[in-house]
Amino acid sequence: MIRALGIEKRYGRRRVLTGIDVSLAPGEFLIVTGPNGSGKTTFLRILAGLVAPTRGTLQVDVDRAQLGFLGHEPLVYRELTALENLDLFGRLYRVPKRRERIGMLLERFGLWDARSERVVAYSRGMTQRLALCRALLHDPDLLVLDEPHSALDEEGVQLLDRELAELAGVKTIVVSTHDPARVERFATGRLALV
Amino acid sequence: MSYVADVAALTRKDLRVELRARDTLPAMLLFVLATLVVFHFALPEGTGDEAAYGLLWVAIVFTALLGLARAWVPEHEHGVLDGLVLAPCDRSAIWLGKTLATLAFLLAAQAFALPAFVFFFAPLDGTAIAGVLLADIGICAVGSLLAAMAAAGRARELLLPLLFLPLAIPLVVGGVGAAISPDAERYLLLLVLYDGVFAVLSWASFEYVVTES
Repeated sequence: MIRALGIEKRYGRRRVLTGIDVSLAPGEFLIVTGPNGSGKTTFLRILAGLVAPTRGTLQVDVDRAQLGFLGHEPLVYRELTALENLDLFGRLYRVPKRRERIGMLLERFGLWDARSERVVAYSRGMTQRLALCRALLHDPDLLVLDEPHSALDEEGVQLLDRELAELAGVKTIVVSTHDPARVERFATGRLALV
Repeated sequence: MSYVADVAALTRKDLRVELRARDTLPAMLLFVLATLVVFHFALPEGTGDEAAYGLLWVAIVFTALLGLARAWVPEHEHGVLDGLVLAPCDRSAIWLGKTLATLAFLLAAQAFALPAFVFFFAPLDGTAIAGVLLADIGICAVGSLLAAMAAAGRARELLLPLLFLPLAIPLVVGGVGAAISPDAERYLLLLVLYDGVFAVLSWASFEYVVTES
């Protein structure tokens, strides 16, 4: 599903990534680790098509409609409610049975009672849960998750782990994390950036 | 039909965000009214209507600039633009939604500014108002694209006027010409041509502004 060969990324003279080779078949689970500044976020943004590599070849066999991306930012409007945000993205992704899917995700991630509150009033953890709902909304085949556990409380972490356990083996998943032990049991591959 | 539905959803979202945040429209209204009041006292007595029409266009262009500078701020908070770019809709729909929302804000500001102009300065006939409306379309079409370009850079407050004002000159020429020239139709035609050409260019090039290739 993903074939990356000799991926390199530079910003001006600064080299962020060098010679990254990755091959990922459908249903595989890749953990991306590395210290701050090692290029994890850049690599995931390249996989999502948000950033172009400076050098190397990348083949991702899914189109935008089948990609779910969770970045450092939650990618939701602060002035809209959770329902309004998910409804907007649900329309853009042409999610079938949109309302039912949104309701199910908000219930699953414990946001149903706060569904009509504006995101600006959410805590960071609640915003991260909403960002996960947005990434999963269209039931994507490829999930690219950049430090998905960050900002989540213990309950949120357990909800995410339960979700990942359900999706592992069914969907292709790439996760960057500072705590690889948490997702080790799902992993079929590991990429350590330095 | 799905393209129209995407544009409608994106425009509705912008109007809703503004209704809640009230970041843009109140600022545009205050600015345009304050500018007209200042011009009213700054313009020497006995100055002809032609000078007043010129000042109206200064007020319109800078009010639009104020709105355009804020246009993509909600998308850059929380990185939402990435989310929109990743969505499988045609990326030009993002530009068109933003253009329509910005046009709505500009028209709302002018609903107060034009009566104020008539009150302070001079009457506006049908061709002058047609000139304003046609220029609004060009301002918002080009401005939304340039604002997206500027918002991606570091010096966005500086970059947007530098990019936008030179491209707004034909609109000012057309708008003022439609208000004061005996051959107003020629100026209206200029505005129609400008709108058509720049709307198509902006529509076609937006994808390259928001993505790396």
